[in-house]
Amino acid sequence: MLSMQQIAKVYRTDTVETHALRELTLTVDEGDFVAVTGPSGSGKTTFLNIAGLLETFSSGTYMLDGRDVSNLNDSARSKLRNEKIGFIFQSFNLIPDLNIFDNVDVPLRYRGFKSAERKARIEKYLDVVGLSGRMKHLPSQLSGGQQQRVAIARALAGEPRFLLADEPTGNLDSAMARSVMGLLKEINEEGTTIVMVTHDPTLANEAKTNIHLKDGVVSETASISQLGNGKQNAA
Amino acid sequence: MFSYYFRLALVSMRRNPILSALMIAAIGLGIGASMTTITVNYVMSSNPIPHKSDDLYYVQLDSWDPNNAANEPNEPPDQVTWTDAMALMRDAPALRQGAQAKSNLVLEPPGDDERPFMVLARSNFADFFPMFDLPFLYGSGWDRDADEARELVVVLSREINDRVFGGENSVGRTLRLGGQHFRVVGVIDEWSPMPKFYDVTNGPFDEPEEIFIPFNTMVDFQFSRSGNTNCWKAVDGNGFDAFLRSECVWIQFWAELPSQAERDEYMQFLNSYVEQQKALGRFPRPMNNRLSNVMQWMENQEVVDDDAQVMMWLSLMFLVVCLLNTVGLLLSKFLAKSHEIGLRRAVGASRGQLFTQHLVESATIGLAGGLLGLGLAWLGLRGIELLFGDMVDRMTNMDWVMVLAAIGLAIVSAIVAGLYPTWRACNVQPAAQLKSI
Repeated sequence: MLSMQQIAKVYRTDTVETHALRELTLTVDEGDFVAVTGPSGSGKTTFLNIAGLLETFSSGTYMLDGRDVSNLNDSARSKLRNEKIGFIFQSFNLIPDLNIFDNVDVPLRYRGFKSAERKARIEKYLDVVGLSGRMKHLPSQLSGGQQQRVAIARALAGEPRFLLADEPTGNLDSAMARSVMGLLKEINEEGTTIVMVTHDPTLANEAKTNIHLKDGVVSETASISQLGNGKQNAA
Repeated sequence: MFSYYFRLALVSMRRNPILSALMIAAIGLGIGASMTTITVNYVMSSNPIPHKSDDLYYVQLDSWDPNNAANEPNEPPDQVTWTDAMALMRDAPALRQGAQAKSNLVLEPPGDDERPFMVLARSNFADFFPMFDLPFLYGSGWDRDADEARELVVVLSREINDRVFGGENSVGRTLRLGGQHFRVVGVIDEWSPMPKFYDVTNGPFDEPEEIFIPFNTMVDFQFSRSGNTNCWKAVDGNGFDAFLRSECVWIQFWAELPSQAERDEYMQFLNSYVEQQKALGRFPRPMNNRLSNVMQWMENQEVVDDDAQVMMWLSLMFLVVCLLNTVGLLLSKFLAKSHEIGLRRAVGASRGQLFTQHLVESATIGLAGGLLGLGLAWLGLRGIELLFGDMVDRMTNMDWVMVLAAIGLAIVSAIVAGLYPTWRACNVQPAAQLKSI
């Protein structure tokens, strides 16, 4: 599904070189729910950006759904992002002037779907997240948890192969966080692969697989069953 | 996608109403100022008879003072003498041709109730009507036989026919002009060439004349002329006959010469005629005959005023200044949308799609600016009318070409102004924007 081999990312200025990722190697299988943890500066966000084709990498090989993405141009990367990946952000990133319907519509517009197809998908996924009655509301008229649910509907509407979630509950109180996490688990159970970056070990423990990053490399990988048995594998 | 981009543009304009209003005002001011001056220049430089402007030739013969050119540096006079005009009418080989001059006459309507009034008249030959394609409402122009027979016939403008005959078909009716009874043979429909190319020497933006009478009758009855008359030497003798035979120029002369062969033959005739006249002691200057088609003649007569051209270039520079302001405002507006752009990139928009979206937004601002500019241009043209009065009222009307040009110029200008801000906005790093919110 997602395979990174010896991925490195170096940020360079005139005087400084920063190694955000150092020969990172990992694989995410189809249907998995992976939580990526690690301290600040460990490379979690860089990993997520590269996985989501929002950033390029300095060296290594990245295969997404069997396709090498190293040499794709902007247009091809955009198309792949649109078709295969859904994003969920910590700050929801809804467009404040567009109502809920139009926010969910954004990725579908770039897919080139006809109006009827777009409408059907928007209604379906707003229903999935429990907001079908709020289509004409603006984001500012919703609570934080509801806004994140809209963002999840937007990510799901394109029916992507996997979701990338960056601290999806970071801006929510504990009740809303539990609700959103429950929704993500339901989505995963229906077959969508999820990669979630989080600081919260409790949330990470709800994922099927945990990957811990440190200094730009995978320091630990463990499945839920392994965690349950008290085993940990060094990557 | 265009309708989607247009809707997003409207949403974006509502998001920053003050910034949007400033941009629309900047473009509107620039378009208003430039379209005001462009309209005046456009009317001045337009082709008044495009379908045959290359077939109609204005005739100039250099019968002027041996020591001074009629117009510097070495231009022949703008009009011809009666002697030369009659010689050309008699012998020159043209498909159609005609001498013409401007007059003022008193018109006495047929009924007893109407009081006499002054009318502007053009004295011309029969070819004038088909040569310049005058549209007829009733009847037609007179024919060459009527010129020969010196018949007292008249063609009326629609306005005069409305005033004197209540708009009825007046062909066959008579009226008194300059004390003589003239028979109406035709009434022309609306005809108002702009510029008034057939007689620019007497005002290229004047209204056309109200009646048309045979040139020979004007001479026969010595009707008063109202056009320009220039003489390089004193008239030899007194009276109208002496004036006619003088070296004074006061007649405009046009010939219709559709082919190069006809033009060559005509020029050859002019040269032969001048050689002949030189032998008789006239034409003391070197041979300098001219044939100018309509647009060449407009240019020769500098119908487009230099001041108007300077004003147009100044106003276009003002438009550039307005656009530079718009570039700054658009840059500020688009960069403020960086996270939305980042989000759109993340969910699958390519740079090209975002570039198009923001150019549509620029064009929408340009469209609004263009509409405002049209209103300002209309006010500007009314201001010119107030300043200069009736003499410019035919130059201050915007036709649909100018309206479309104003909107087109506004949209293109806004798109050009939006290129750099759009390029900057579309090159934001989506990852940085999405994390920074």
